[in-house]
Order: sequence, then structure tokens, then C-alpha cells
Amino acid sequence: MSEPLRGKISRRKLITAGLVSAGGVLGLSATARIAQRYGLIPPDHGGIYGLGETLTYASQRLLTRHSLAREFSRSQISKPPFANEMAPPSEAFKRLQAGNFADWRLTVDGMVAHPASFSLDQLKSYPSRSQITMIQCEEGWSYIAEWHGVPLSHVLELVGVQPQARYVVYFSFQPDWWDSIDMADALHPQTFLAYGMNGDELPVGNGGPLRLRVPRQLGYKSVKFITHLTVTDDLKKFGKGLGSASPEGGYAWYAGI
Amino acid sequence: MPAAVPTAVPAKTVPARHSALVRVTHWITTLCFFALLVTGAEIVISHPRFYWGETGNDLTPTLFKLPIPASRNLVPTGYGYVLPDQNGWSRYLHFQAAWVVVFTGLLYAVSGLVTGHFRKSLLPAKADLSWRAFSTAIFNHLRLQRPSEAEAWSYNVLQRISYLFVIFVLFPLEIWTGLAMSPSFVSAVPTTVNLLGGQQSARTLHFFVSVSLLLFVVVHVVMVSLAGFRNRMRAMITGRASAPMERT
Repeated sequence: MSEPLRGKISRRKLITAGLVSAGGVLGLSATARIAQRYGLIPPDHGGIYGLGETLTYASQRLLTRHSLAREFSRSQISKPPFANEMAPPSEAFKRLQAGNFADWRLTVDGMVAHPASFSLDQLKSYPSRSQITMIQCEEGWSYIAEWHGVPLSHVLELVGVQPQARYVVYFSFQPDWWDSIDMADALHPQTFLAYGMNGDELPVGNGGPLRLRVPRQLGYKSVKFITHLTVTDDLKKFGKGLGSASPEGGYAWYAGI
Repeated sequence: MPAAVPTAVPAKTVPARHSALVRVTHWITTLCFFALLVTGAEIVISHPRFYWGETGNDLTPTLFKLPIPASRNLVPTGYGYVLPDQNGWSRYLHFQAAWVVVFTGLLYAVSGLVTGHFRKSLLPAKADLSWRAFSTAIFNHLRLQRPSEAEAWSYNVLQRISYLFVIFVLFPLEIWTGLAMSPSFVSAVPTTVNLLGGQQSARTLHFFVSVSLLLFVVVHVVMVSLAGFRNRMRAMITGRASAPMERT
């Protein structure tokens, strides 16, 4: 093989490699744009674990947008009901509890037509739904309970969510405990504002008086003691912009795993 | 590397022991396996109790408990102290490594079927499936006898069977039991968890499949060492095995 020919081949190889990598970059950026448009990029997509997180969230969003979490029979309800450890309630919480949570309020604001504030009695006056679903902790344990509440979609309908809305951010009475879900989960028929459990009031240990139940994700997305919902199109405005307190503590925002 | 120049010509006449694709996928899988092993262990120590069926928690009876302390203070382990909690990044890395190993495995499996790698290199010959051939192979292994020259170029029957078992039974089972623990995935495909008898059963099975894979890796590394660590490593890194003529 003569020298000039070898030079030619390597030049051709160089041009091919250049074209392939340029095509790859273009393809990747086009994929990223499409994924962004269809809401397939999680807020914690940056950093070294962003690739895995994005693949998990995007594939599960495509596969599970409308699928229903498994529901169980009454005989499968865990007895006795399990409640994991929680911080001792604050004085302000104890005062509300002493008044049987009559002064508990759920405020809803953000990208809505009619910002509103609801009492527990108001929430209970709306059509009540029940589901027997499993709550799974990232630690590995789980339990099944029957949850009673009002679908989050019903409350969102009452306040009139604007069409650009992409996420619902929710806040606990407990400071620094907040999270968010995308509209697919927020409007999902099994996403509840739960105020009852196993035919009774929702015990404080299980998140009473009001807990958001997101049964298609791990337990830490089902934040306890809900007081405030904000509808938004941009999670960067909240906290460190990672979508919830979980990624700030090292945990994935999307917990459908 | 100057050493590469003189061997460039003979290397063409001696075929590579392992194809580039086998070598690259082998080492990516190795890397992912250790990432999954370490992070899996970190996740397990947050609740080192195992159950059977759909649910299990501190209030329900266990199938078995690992006799270790936990990284969360609520779990009753019998130990007076709590291990450092590394669950956050461990979970992120576990799922990222799982994605990489699944893509790597798919690439390996598809190319193995297309090139005939499985048929030629891993499917045992009919003659090797007799009890006689089997017992001879097992006997030679138990005596820790150094393998024959031919085995530097092809796998023996026990190797073939265990590799096929890992590739086509343990790896798919590990992925299946892993997916069966995902509340979102099973909402779309409930059969994945229902067939296993419940979410906690899936977790327990995932643990046992992981232990089996770890056992395989330990035996694999021991066998590589006994057969000649340098030569086997060189074959899996550069593709070149020591040909019989090189030895003399």
C-alpha cells in the first residue's frame, strides 16, 4: 500500500467520522428538543446520574401515562396498619389537632383561574373516592391500605388550571418538605388528596389530616400534612430548581423507578 | 506503544481469542456489575429484612433477616447502632448502571445471535453432554488441574453451561425481578409482579439472583486465576491469547 493512498483513506475516514459525529450531535439535540417538548426530561436531569434518570422518566412516561396502579382486595389490607417514624409535631400542628383540624386549610394558587383555599369539610363535601393500593418505601418495606379522598384532578378542575401548566408543586405543614409531580400524575384518577384510611379518619402517623397519595410512585412522593398546592410551568422557580426537596437530599425527583 | 509494531504482522495470522465486541461488552458489564453490587448492598442495608408475598414491614413476620445492622434507625435489627445512610446516590447509580448494562447486554445478545457466537463458542457439543464427559470435567476442576492448551482457545463444557446460565437465565431474571419492584412499571404490566407472587417476593428473588451472580463472579475470577491470570486477562483485554507456538 503506497503512502498517498493510505493518506487518502485516513482522510476519507476522517471526513466520515466527522460527518457521523456531527450527525450524532444533531440527532441528540433534536431528540433532546422533542423530549423537552413532550415533557420527557425530569427536573433533576443534570449531573452524573442525569442519563439514567432521564431514561427512566422518559420511558415510563411513554409506557405508563394512563396505566392504573394495582388495586387490592379488602382481605389484603395490612393489619395492623403501619406508620413509619415522623418528626414530633410542632406546637402549631398540635393546636390545629386540638381543634380537630377545623382550621386546616389547603390553599391552591399559581397558574389557575381562581386561586382558592379549602377547609377539610369542603374537601370532604366533594365526590369521595376510595382505592386499596400499596405504599412502597424506598427502604424496601411496604403496606396496603384503603385510602379515601378526593381526586386531585377534581380540585384542579375547580380552580381552573391554565393550559400551559406542567407541574403541581405541593407543600407539607412540616417546613422544607415539598415535592412536585407532572400533569400526567396530577390528573391521574388515582392521585388523591387523601383524608381517610381504612374506613376512618387519616391518622396523623400516616399523614393526616391530609396527604397526597401518588400510588404509581414510591412513598416519599406521597407527602404528608398537605397545606398548599401551586400549579406551575417551571420548576426552576422552586428551591434549588430540582423539582422537590428529594433531589436536594440526594433522591430522585421521579420515583416510579 | 512500540511493542505493538513487531507483533502487528503475526497478530493477523492468529485470530483474536475474543472479538472486540465481546471484550468491550465484557468490561462494561464488569463495571456495571460492581456498581450495581455496591449500590444494591447499600439499598438493602436500609432494610435488611426479607418477606414473601405482596407486603412486608417492621410489623409483619419476615422470611429471613440478614444478621447485620441497618442504615435506618427504625428497623429492629438487634444492634445498638445505625450504619451510614447512602441510599440517595446509591439509588441514582443503581438505576443508571442498570440502564447501561441492559443496553450492553442487548448489544451482546443480538450480536451473539447474528455472528453465531453463542452457537459456536457457548453451546456445548453433543458429545460433551454425556455423564462421562461431565464427571471428567468436574473431577478435573475439583483437582484444580491446570487446563489443557486447547482450553486457552475454547471453553470447556462446565464453562459453557455456566456462561449460558448467567446470560440467558440469571441476567433476564435479575431484570425481571427488578422491574417487578417498580410501582410505575407494574401499573402498565402487572403480570411482571403478579407472576412472582407479589412485590416483596420480587424483592426477595432479586436478592437471591444477585447472590447467585456474585457467586458466579467469585468462581469465575478464581478459575481465571488458576488457569493463568495474565494470559486470560490479556486475551480479554487485547484479544490475543498465547498460541501454543509462543509458549515453546
